[in-house]
Amino acid sequence: MIPPTGTPERAAALERLTDRAKFIRLETVRLSRIAGAGHYTSSFSAAELFAALYYSVLKYQSAEPRWADRDRFVLSKGHAAIGLYPVLADVGFFAPSVLDDYTRLGSPFGDHPDMKKIPGIDFSSGSLGHGLSIAVGMAFAGRVGDRPYRTFCMLGDGELHEGQIWEAANAAGHYRLGRLVAIVDRNKLCIDGFTDDVMSVEPIEDRFAAFGWQTHRVDGHDLDALLDLFSGLPDKPDGPPQLIVADTVKGRGVQLMEYNPDWHVGNLVGADYDNVIVEQQAGLRPLEATK
Amino acid sequence: MTETQDQAEIFGGGATELRDKRSFDGSDVSSIPAFVFGEELADLADNDPRVVVLTADLASANRATDFAERHPDRFFNMGIAEKGMITSAAGMASCGYVPFAATFASFSALLCAEQIRTDCAYPRMPVRIVGHHSGMSMGFYGTSHHALEDIGVLRTFAELTVVCATDANHLRAVLRASVDHPGAMYIRLGRGRDPEVYPTVPELTFGKAIRLREGVDLTIFATGSEVHPALEAAAILADEGVSARVVDMHTVAPLDVDEVLAAARDTSAILTVEEHNVTNGLGTAVAETLLMGGAPAVRFAKHGVPDEYIPVGPPAALYAKYRLDASGVAIVARELLR
Repeated sequence: MIPPTGTPERAAALERLTDRAKFIRLETVRLSRIAGAGHYTSSFSAAELFAALYYSVLKYQSAEPRWADRDRFVLSKGHAAIGLYPVLADVGFFAPSVLDDYTRLGSPFGDHPDMKKIPGIDFSSGSLGHGLSIAVGMAFAGRVGDRPYRTFCMLGDGELHEGQIWEAANAAGHYRLGRLVAIVDRNKLCIDGFTDDVMSVEPIEDRFAAFGWQTHRVDGHDLDALLDLFSGLPDKPDGPPQLIVADTVKGRGVQLMEYNPDWHVGNLVGADYDNVIVEQQAGLRPLEATK
Repeated sequence: MTETQDQAEIFGGGATELRDKRSFDGSDVSSIPAFVFGEELADLADNDPRVVVLTADLASANRATDFAERHPDRFFNMGIAEKGMITSAAGMASCGYVPFAATFASFSALLCAEQIRTDCAYPRMPVRIVGHHSGMSMGFYGTSHHALEDIGVLRTFAELTVVCATDANHLRAVLRASVDHPGAMYIRLGRGRDPEVYPTVPELTFGKAIRLREGVDLTIFATGSEVHPALEAAAILADEGVSARVVDMHTVAPLDVDEVLAAARDTSAILTVEEHNVTNGLGTAVAETLLMGGAPAVRFAKHGVPDEYIPVGPPAALYAKYRLDASGVAIVARELLR
């Protein structure tokens, strides 16, 4: 599914994923304007992760959203759903036009995703700390039923403050849920400031390793590195669960938002909106050394 | 049975009967709810691959051990981690399973209230949250282990069915009927020693009350552990010339509105009885129904535990103190009819 490094197919895949990450950011800006507010920055940090997962890694059939052997994806940081909805539409779970009423009264699409209303959402989320326990249950189900699927769960770094995360981490290690993959979007910020100033989360890898997980660390905006990591990720039913710490930048791709806690939820208006569109159309530029 | 044995057996300690399956008084264990739970689920699982069981280090208290022995690959002990247990059960449910997640009612319903709402009820996951040793049945263990608010908390969650099991046969009926019931469900169990009300497994429909005794002067709506005392109280009252209808209101949410309104038409007084606070339990649900359902005026009282934290003590002493035993219920009924 993931082309080997150095092949033309790999280059084509990277070009496509880069374009899709740009699409995710642009759609996040568009949908936020419809709603009058949005979690821009939490979506921007995860844009490359969403792109890699949905266009290269996850096994699913968008025409059959409840396909029993699909890989599960739990967006535990549910506030980034604004970046996931456009992907689900783009890969065919529903018509893109239904997003035009995003968050309007009666829309299936709220700030946090609802599995009852949205094809492709494997579990509702929004209350931080729950998703990894959901994923543990999905992995239990895969084991009981002897199904081949994997379960992926995306967590926020601030979400690691939640105690229930560690109940799930412990259970996954104890039961050796080797087909469970947790991805921490380590974007360094939570609402009140830098995550580690508010409440420490590092060393994340050591913490999970102590619960029996195999851990990996990667630049979460480096698509080539992400494809390398996912293509080599162990998939052993009774092996250790897999943790990926993806180092990202909250707000990545919009200079005024990068590492800026004031933009956890915001609303772009006027010239700011136009400038952001232009900036994002140009694609990611290198992070400034000062950031 | 001494009160010390009574309190020790909750954790499976000091009670050889838990190992050899003989009851203290020699009665048939099939009539004892504590011995029914795990076995009935194991029986269901024999024929239904969807049935799985989770607990939080209380398999010896709720006898999920009986399930684990027969279906070890479908049993998950989550350790002392109740929130993770409820949410993981919801994850399993999303993959087609019907998980029964059991722990003390004080923890399942109160500690995990948000997990029940957000992960089970709201996404309509068929998780069966089992809260055992509810009410004041944990006696001397104190307020941390009492659950006198669980019905009140959970009946306010939309789309959550709240059911109280009455005795061993009723519990069997609840478990059997629960497997194919849509959405999430809270199953409230008593202390596991609740005396027999149903000599055989009853026909059971969730949301449909069971009328156990006819009467014309008074209707007693009881649920769970209070159904048996209510029936005994009705017998006491009958000797005094008072004719009491007794209804097992096993499903508190959704409530059997028709049965409540029928009671208001047929009898001149209504008494609700529950091992729960009276702030927001069965009594409150019945009162709301009477007021808003256009029922004729009746004398009404809701009986349970007042708005307070109860003292520690042996359960039997607590039931007597709060007039939740048969003679206490009869006294309250007389006061209502006076």
